[in-house]
Amino acid sequence: MSAPPGITELAAAAAKLAIPHIDYLSVLPIMVMLGGAVVILGWSSLLRRPMDSGWVTSLTVLTASATLILSLFQWGAVLAHGAHTHIDGAIVQDGFSAFVSVLVSCIVLVSAVIADSWLRREGVDGPEFQVLLLLSAAGAMTMGVANDLIVVFLGLELLSIPLYVLAALNARRAESGEAALKYFVLGGFSSAIFVYGIALVYGATGTTDLPQIADYLARNVLLHDGLLLAGLALLLVGFGFKVAAVPFHLWAPDVYQGSPTPATGFMAAVAKVGGFAALLRVFVSSFHLLQNDWRPPVWVLACITLVFGAVVALWQRDVKRMLAYSSINHAGFVLLGLQAASNRGVAASLYYLFVYSFMVIGTFGVVSVVGGRGDRRHSLEAYRGLGARQPWLAGALTILLLAQAGVPFTTGFVAKLEVISAAVHAGSTDLAVVAMVSAAVAAFFYLRVAVLMYAPSGAGSEHALDGLGIDPAGATGSSGPSMPAEAPVLVARGEAGSVGVPATVVSPAPGAVDETIPAGVAFGVGLCVAVTVVFGIWPETLTSFAQHATLLLRP
Amino acid sequence: MTVPGSWYLALSAVVFAIGALGVLTRRNVLIMFMCVELMLNAANLAFVTFARMLDDIGGEALVFFVLVVAAAEVVVGLGIVVSIFRRRHSATADDLHVMKG
Repeated sequence: MSAPPGITELAAAAAKLAIPHIDYLSVLPIMVMLGGAVVILGWSSLLRRPMDSGWVTSLTVLTASATLILSLFQWGAVLAHGAHTHIDGAIVQDGFSAFVSVLVSCIVLVSAVIADSWLRREGVDGPEFQVLLLLSAAGAMTMGVANDLIVVFLGLELLSIPLYVLAALNARRAESGEAALKYFVLGGFSSAIFVYGIALVYGATGTTDLPQIADYLARNVLLHDGLLLAGLALLLVGFGFKVAAVPFHLWAPDVYQGSPTPATGFMAAVAKVGGFAALLRVFVSSFHLLQNDWRPPVWVLACITLVFGAVVALWQRDVKRMLAYSSINHAGFVLLGLQAASNRGVAASLYYLFVYSFMVIGTFGVVSVVGGRGDRRHSLEAYRGLGARQPWLAGALTILLLAQAGVPFTTGFVAKLEVISAAVHAGSTDLAVVAMVSAAVAAFFYLRVAVLMYAPSGAGSEHALDGLGIDPAGATGSSGPSMPAEAPVLVARGEAGSVGVPATVVSPAPGAVDETIPAGVAFGVGLCVAVTVVFGIWPETLTSFAQHATLLLRP
Repeated sequence: MTVPGSWYLALSAVVFAIGALGVLTRRNVLIMFMCVELMLNAANLAFVTFARMLDDIGGEALVFFVLVVAAAEVVVGLGIVVSIFRRRHSATADDLHVMKG
């Protein structure tokens, strides 16, 4: 009995299918990242007892270092042989993608080292945290190399889904689950909007390949471009959610506050890097010819993001919420580089993302130490007198906060200067003025924390309460009605845990929580501070790195 | 008689709008998940319609990517809901109010 004719036809068609040639070298960094995650997860599930977290961290650092080296090789290859597309045009290997890969590898490296001590302190067993870190980073790298809208979407989801789980990882805290659910619902919502945007762009241009879209726009004058512009708007909304630009920022404060602190630092860095990498590539290189249509909305977006982030951060009493609004403010600065729609703007945005990542991870590293066991002490008052209790910790935080404020001789200053000058160069002087004003406003809340750390720790009853994590005004979101009942427990823990701190320092109540600096945090935060200061004083290396990280299709 | 492609596009836009409104107005988390699925499937319908109108197989292939990603997303979302259910016995967004500001 012969096979039905439909089947034979199908087999004949399948034989004719052209499978694209896959150049594995071009995706090797991403494969190493994913492979590392799978190996760690597989290995630890074969063991009888939970894997020692030191081992997991070492393997993660090893994977991230291997990715870093491979990305640097790719960078060298691009400089030597120029940019190429691979896998039937789905993947591009250019300076831009190599820069993003290098940056993402560094983010994983520093975050994994900082998170190690937090995992031990909170008793979060298992390799999940580090595995999710690697998976999410692979997503961000995919967004960096994506040369097709559907690859951008895959990268976006690979970036986001592990982040939802990371937010939920601390199952003992109610805030953690709440943050994860809010992030998930709004993230899924924004992904759906993004996919619909892809569908409309596909309908208008007949392709999802980024260079082909640019080609189509160059060769056709669209009489009815409503479909394309609607698609473009939906793409912008989808990206806006990911990078937390106002008015799509609603998830950010709650998610930053509720997530485990080291995860917050990672999330703040990697989601912005991945989101902005794809946003810059899609808008600046593919839709360059439509820039008269998309630059005004991005102008408005950047303007309200800059102002809103800086102003609302002023009256936050919780440091993690304050940093969330500050990261919204930083997103506004990166949007400045996008709005310029020039090579210079892209380089400035990339540079900003690079230095911002180190600043924000280092800052959250310090916050995770000050937060103490249970991730509770995040009110501003917990920082009072930190300079006397932990001079090194306070010094590092001061430098990182000053850098975020954009003080000269730090990378933050150079970064702000670069994006603002790119905006001026592109003719958006008014936006540059808004950015400078918002930087001045933002400096106020960064300095407030810095000043508070070196203020004398008052021995009044109010401050004694603050030291225990209780906010007498009840302004902190995290201190619920259950806190007073837990206070005696905290005191007991604090006394038991204050090994290595002289008793005289501990005797006033604010010192009653263990704030000794674990080695991992010392190394990670030290690295962030070093990058911030060294490249702030000698910025040439890093700025030229960013300037050579050009897109395959230059505007 | 064939149904013109624009009708499918209109249907897809309506389904997308229903999904978006549902996410924004409904308070039950599971219903919100379903509304996100509605939005994704509206995009799938648009992909298929455009592929048919453009006579291009690419759009139909994209649907599979979206389907797989949507499935992965829902698995994670339900996992998060279950972990919250263990703590308290409801799944309404209004109950999630520990953090404000």
